[in-house]
Amino acid sequence: MRTFQAKPSTYMNPYVAGIGLGLVLLLAYLISGRGLGASGALMRTVVQAEKVVSQEHVDNNFYLSKYGGDGQNPWHNWLVWEALGVLVGGLISGASAGRLHLELHRGPRITARQRLLYAMLGGALFGFGARLARGCTSGVALSGGATLAAGSWITMLCIFAGAYGLAWFVRKLWI
Amino acid sequence: MFPLVDTLGFAELTDFVIAFVLGVGFGFFLEQAGFGNADKLAMQFYFRDMAVFKVMFAAIVTTMTGLIVFSSLGLLDLDLIYINPTYLWSGVVGGLIMGFGFIIGGYCPGTALVGVMTARIDAVFSVLGGMLGMFVFAELVPLKPIMTFFNLETEGFSGRLTLWEWLGVKPGVVGFFVMLIAVAGFVAAEWAERKFNPKLQEV
Repeated sequence: MRTFQAKPSTYMNPYVAGIGLGLVLLLAYLISGRGLGASGALMRTVVQAEKVVSQEHVDNNFYLSKYGGDGQNPWHNWLVWEALGVLVGGLISGASAGRLHLELHRGPRITARQRLLYAMLGGALFGFGARLARGCTSGVALSGGATLAAGSWITMLCIFAGAYGLAWFVRKLWI
Repeated sequence: MFPLVDTLGFAELTDFVIAFVLGVGFGFFLEQAGFGNADKLAMQFYFRDMAVFKVMFAAIVTTMTGLIVFSSLGLLDLDLIYINPTYLWSGVVGGLIMGFGFIIGGYCPGTALVGVMTARIDAVFSVLGGMLGMFVFAELVPLKPIMTFFNLETEGFSGRLTLWEWLGVKPGVVGFFVMLIAVAGFVAAEWAERKFNPKLQEV
């Protein structure tokens, strides 16, 4: 398992990648009249799973029923198709760059098992926060940020503030 | 003329296929930047690798400039594109929680999806955790105090609101200042990487 290592970078220049990403995002607005996203697709997958267990539970919850109430297919949605594309795009890039290996990335001071635990915990916090903020870094910070939506900029700043604010206290995870 | 979905009125399936293709581009550039790797993402918050900031703001400035230019040329009706609604307090608290989740877990949903596809086991756990967190949110949000907080709108700073509308200026004015901030940020980012990661260890 690789941890932190110094090697010649095969990554695309971040400014170039950013411009590329920005052009894709611009096309999204010009063609489909909306931006990109990610957390919404995961939410719809959660609702899909809950429908299998109890459609009644979904129907009785105002938040869940928005996505999958009463005959609605949560996956019949622009964002879900986009997320599938993200999976494919990531795969294509990883394959072409030789970055397709079973790996676990962590800081040098924690074990692999700890990393997986924190990945799940961090992911859970992030998922909760994303629904509370009505979107994640892709849907709110990036897309909302590009359209200069006021609330999106506030959320973007808070994401950075929260991460930077806690970084020192959880530094053992990464450095 | 733009957005095309309104002027051309294409079928829903066409729109979904377009979504897929755009997603491929999105995932491609995320992975190209190395964002499938959690440790690279986390290094942003120790000032050792500022790629997250560089990619995000390069993208924001690119898209923003395109939207403003197309609009000022009369090619794009900004009223027809989706602008994320503003809910101040849920946005603040949700953002902070996301920040905590990001530095603890090392991923956000988009990057985690890319990580999963490049076989990062920790990304898989991040996605599973993410769905768990969303499940919990949906169970809690019907509770009166949480639902109230979730839907709380602040007088004068709510709904469909852009920074230029809030400031009462033309979009290009805000765009200009955002570009200045971005460039200043890029200069600071280059300085920070040199200072905190002098051996230029690329993750």
